Amino acid sequence: MAGRNSPWGGGGSNGGGNDGGDGEGPADGEGSAPSGAPEQPQGETPERKGPRNPWLPSGDGTPPRRSASIEDIFRGRAEQRRPGGGGGGPRIPGGFPNLPRRPDGKSWLPLGIGAAVVAVLAISSVHMLGPKEQGVVTTLGKYSRTIDSGVSLTLPWPIERVKVVDVSSFQVVMIPDNENEKLMLTSDKSLVDLSYLVRWNIKGLKDYTFRLADPDETVQEVAEAAMRASIAQVSLGEALSGAGRAQVEQDVGERMQRILDFYRAGIAIQGVEIKKADPPAKTKGAFDNVNVAQQEAERDRSEARAWAQQVIARAQGDATAFDKVYEEYKLAPDVTKRRMYYETMERVLRDNDTVVGEKGVNTVLPLPEMKRRPAPAADPSISAPTSTGGQ
Amino acid sequence: MSNIWQDYKAAWIAAGAVVIGLMMSTIVVSEDEQAVVVQTGRPVRVYNPFVANADYGQTGAGVHFRIPLVEQVIRIDKRLLSVDMQQQQVLSTDQQRLNVDAYARYRIIDPIKMVRSAGTSDRVTQQLEPILSSVVRQELGKRTFQSLLTAERGQAMDNIRKLLDREAAEYGAQVVDVRIKRADLPEGALAAAFVRMEAGRQEEAKTIAAQGQRDAQIIRADAEAQAARIYADSFGKDAQFYDFYRAMQSYSVSFAKDQAGGKTILLSPDNAYLNHFREP
Repeated sequence: MAGRNSPWGGGGSNGGGNDGGDGEGPADGEGSAPSGAPEQPQGETPERKGPRNPWLPSGDGTPPRRSASIEDIFRGRAEQRRPGGGGGGPRIPGGFPNLPRRPDGKSWLPLGIGAAVVAVLAISSVHMLGPKEQGVVTTLGKYSRTIDSGVSLTLPWPIERVKVVDVSSFQVVMIPDNENEKLMLTSDKSLVDLSYLVRWNIKGLKDYTFRLADPDETVQEVAEAAMRASIAQVSLGEALSGAGRAQVEQDVGERMQRILDFYRAGIAIQGVEIKKADPPAKTKGAFDNVNVAQQEAERDRSEARAWAQQVIARAQGDATAFDKVYEEYKLAPDVTKRRMYYETMERVLRDNDTVVGEKGVNTVLPLPEMKRRPAPAADPSISAPTSTGGQ
Repeated sequence: MSNIWQDYKAAWIAAGAVVIGLMMSTIVVSEDEQAVVVQTGRPVRVYNPFVANADYGQTGAGVHFRIPLVEQVIRIDKRLLSVDMQQQQVLSTDQQRLNVDAYARYRIIDPIKMVRSAGTSDRVTQQLEPILSSVVRQELGKRTFQSLLTAERGQAMDNIRKLLDREAAEYGAQVVDVRIKRADLPEGALAAAFVRMEAGRQEEAKTIAAQGQRDAQIIRADAEAQAARIYADSFGKDAQFYDFYRAMQSYSVSFAKDQAGGKTILLSPDNAYLNHFREP
């Protein structure tokens, strides 16, 4: 179709006469085309119904619609709109420019059709396979051979057909394929929320191609059955623990391989990987509490250990100190003992307000206390420090 | 070009008729289908029927002939097909419910029988689905809940397969395998299971806390015992001197200058603690 700024201008009525004018002048036939045509300027003044016709004299735009009769518009436009040498030849009513002719004046058409046929045959008999691909060749429906990567020739379609499959790349099936919980029953009737993936590839292309109605779905169903069976044989604790998970993964992989080989599916399971094994979301709080309890228990233990270290260290310190003093004491028992006694008494009596009773020093009282408090009873209660050391 | 068409019109038309006739009387049977040739509704022969252990390329696939217009061809899947069961609720012998979802895999081994009985493999699947459901319900209902979970271990799945296979034989089909895809607790049992799991975790948490406290106690007691041994080893060398030495230390601490000034101690002169005040 001619663009708006093509020399053919408006609604394709070049020489076609008025096709039962419905009041739509050709000037607007395209003028009211949906915007988005690249040559339609945006932001026109609202009373202008369409784009400016570039072949009209500039200054005033197209005459307002419906004010002029169709004939007028046609006449006016036909005078202005004569092509300055368009690309195609003379236009025919069908809208197709004639094909150029061959030198001997015959049509190109049969040759074109012939070339297309040859091209189809050529394309369908040469096959380029990538490094990971193999192709199954069937001759009129019957399996004939498997072609490997590289360039291979076959008989053209429809005699031989080739189905090319990527055999080396691992396919991955995610189960579940959404974020929903997938709860499975364990042997102790608990539930575990699992998501896992299975990697597989094709090991027997013939079997894979012809044996199963839906190999990919089969892999998924077998995976679900195998996982369910394996989880039903372990306890919840095992399913949640790392070692148990590894065991389940291996178990499921072997089970799947057995089943698929039994189906002769031509599929090799490369690995099963449990991405997530969690307790159900609704019981998560209780499981978290166990973890909290574990941390608290560990903290209790380590606090006790720290305390134990301190007690033993102090015992060792005290004992060592005593040992050292005792060494000295043994050298000169009497003198050492006296010296220690006097030193201690000096220190003690210097630091305190000392009251000397009839039998010697019997009380140590800070005087301000005496002033503040009433005189104590004759036989006071005794509160001596009982701890094993100075604090 | 047009001359050729004009001059040999009859030959062209004849050739076209031959080609069309050939196309109508040959059928291409691919490796994954079995073709049943039907004459006025009666199956007369089969091309490429299922043969166990036949390797591809050695089968009956390929080009075959039929009498055009008289014989019709029905193509039947030769591959392993699946029956996917709707979820069924199974009641175990110990009165627990379980929603079971199973699948079966089967193939058509007698295509003529199948064409007579069902017509298409989709119909076979439709026929087998309710049978599978009821067989699964019956067979698994004979078991305890625990052995339901591990149904693969016993005879259950094999029994189901045999029962289904017997039914499938009516349709010329062979059931290869039946498996439980999912086994889920129904809503009520699910809530109960959650409660049970939570209770179990609470027990575990309490136990862990108690064990932690026990271990801490033991650690402390061990340390005290060890410290006592260290003290005894050292001080036991001379109990009398230790008594004096310790008293001196104690006085230094007890009667030390108290910064806060809030300490008042009244002791009788005869108090044992003050022994060494009198006599070193």
